[in-house]
Amino acid sequence: MSRRVRLYDIAHARAGDKGDVSNVSVWVEDPAHYAAVRRELTPERIRAAFPRLVRGAVEIHALPHLLGLNIVMREALEGGVNRSLNLDGHGKSWSYLILRLEIELDPPSKTRVR
Amino acid sequence: MEALRRLEGGERPGRVLRIGCGAGFSSDRLGPAVDLLAQGRLDWLVLECIGERTMAFGHRDRRRDPSAGYNPRLAARMRALLPLCRRHGTRLLSDMGVANPAAAAERTIAIARELGLAGLTVAWLEGDEVTDIVDRDTPLLEGGTVGEAEGALLAANAYLGIEHLLPALLTGADVVLTGRVADPSLFLAPLVLHFGWEAHDWERLAAGTLVGHLLECGMQVTGGYFADPGRKEVPDLARCGYPLAEVGPDGEAVVTKLASAGGRVSAATVKEQLLYEVHNPTAYVTPDVIADFSRVTVEEVGRDRVRVAGARGRPRPERLKVTLAFDGGWLGEAGVSYAGINAVARAELAREILRERLLGIHGLRCPLRFDLIGVDSLHGTAGVGPVRTEDVRLRVACRTREREEAELVLWETEAILTCGPAGGGGFRGRIVESVTTASSFVARDAVHARVEVLEA
Repeated sequence: MSRRVRLYDIAHARAGDKGDVSNVSVWVEDPAHYAAVRRELTPERIRAAFPRLVRGAVEIHALPHLLGLNIVMREALEGGVNRSLNLDGHGKSWSYLILRLEIELDPPSKTRVR
Repeated sequence: MEALRRLEGGERPGRVLRIGCGAGFSSDRLGPAVDLLAQGRLDWLVLECIGERTMAFGHRDRRRDPSAGYNPRLAARMRALLPLCRRHGTRLLSDMGVANPAAAAERTIAIARELGLAGLTVAWLEGDEVTDIVDRDTPLLEGGTVGEAEGALLAANAYLGIEHLLPALLTGADVVLTGRVADPSLFLAPLVLHFGWEAHDWERLAAGTLVGHLLECGMQVTGGYFADPGRKEVPDLARCGYPLAEVGPDGEAVVTKLASAGGRVSAATVKEQLLYEVHNPTAYVTPDVIADFSRVTVEEVGRDRVRVAGARGRPRPERLKVTLAFDGGWLGEAGVSYAGINAVARAELAREILRERLLGIHGLRCPLRFDLIGVDSLHGTAGVGPVRTEDVRLRVACRTREREEAELVLWETEAILTCGPAGGGGFRGRIVESVTTASSFVARDAVHARVEVLEA
């Protein structure tokens, strides 16, 4: 039995900007959820989720020992803070775009059920 | 490098260094910096106040008035902090010099005299400005050259590192003021001075860079930019404290805050800041070192106390990064609000009318944006929304080289009050100068830094 949850419910995140590059770090709270998040949050998934916003390459760097993923999105700030006409030119709220994505959790292992 | 050789052995290498952050951006709060200085038993207080935009505005201000161009809040900060620095023997280091460190130092000396702090010394560092070094053919990281960029070049500033900062610290001055310096370097330099780390001790330089990276954004590591009610709670955020670090001889550190201050230092707040504005965690590049944060450990060792360790380092880059600022023309913004039954439909109608007026009738060709705030503004481009609401604001924004075009956007948006849908109110509009930025690199030996010391 698997279940879908919002990333928001199992992780926290922070967005940062440099020029037209946005990075969102995602921190999973329960080690049992990390593998599923790492498997599902792929560059393809991010680009497909926000095709008009994320126009460049996406890289994902893993920090498994801290249950972290760093999502680096190029050409993802509508030109960057000094060019964008978006009210949130820094993309400070992009963390909440990522946290809206849904994750298919792994079924709980037998040892965990007991 | 002669200055670096004099560092041999360090100032007080056996003792933990206490270093605090009293500002993480140009307009950061002052009160909590006063509290941290008064109660934190600090060796150093660092105020990091430059962003790409504030750097450019500093140049603009200095062009208008040769005695301006430093941080506009410098005087208020110095009046509050200098007496406490003297009382507690804390040295102050800040990039509040922005585009005019000499004027910032003179102003600081004048304030010290007003306050009766005779003998207070201020060192200032210049040399980060490299506007004369770049030319039309200088390549930009974003593509193209300076000459091909849109808008006139306003200024170019290199990010200086500890190599240039240490001579200023070695003067022993009570206050050190700089222009553009890499943010973590402002924290690393006092550590190098204190512990006598070698110029090529990449592991320790990386450890100190980690400390600087965690502290440089002020309250972003003590609970700011973190709280989410019901999900991530932060106590007493209205009285949030700035961070301080207790750093040991190998750069291992505990990040904490005053017990009396609001906020929270936890593994979660520290982890979020660990990768803030970091791309590849194995290669965080500063003028001092290429730091690898990918194996950093984050451990809660007490209430609001988090120990960090495990940064690794590789040799520093050959060249220094440069930020170039260009005249970006004008940014015009205007808005009108709608509330109550059918508010979104009325705002949508106003949006359609303004689009037709500005694009169709007046033929504007500059970048324009029409948002419904409360419905689809921040995340509209990402395809999120619309959200249902009965309280919505139409926002029109433009970027243009012609001020008249921005004036027209404001005029037409205000006119929608009587010429548009029912019940529109609350017009506001503003036009501001815009600055765009780009990046490049400059050879280290092209930068000629200089230090001077003034005494009150």
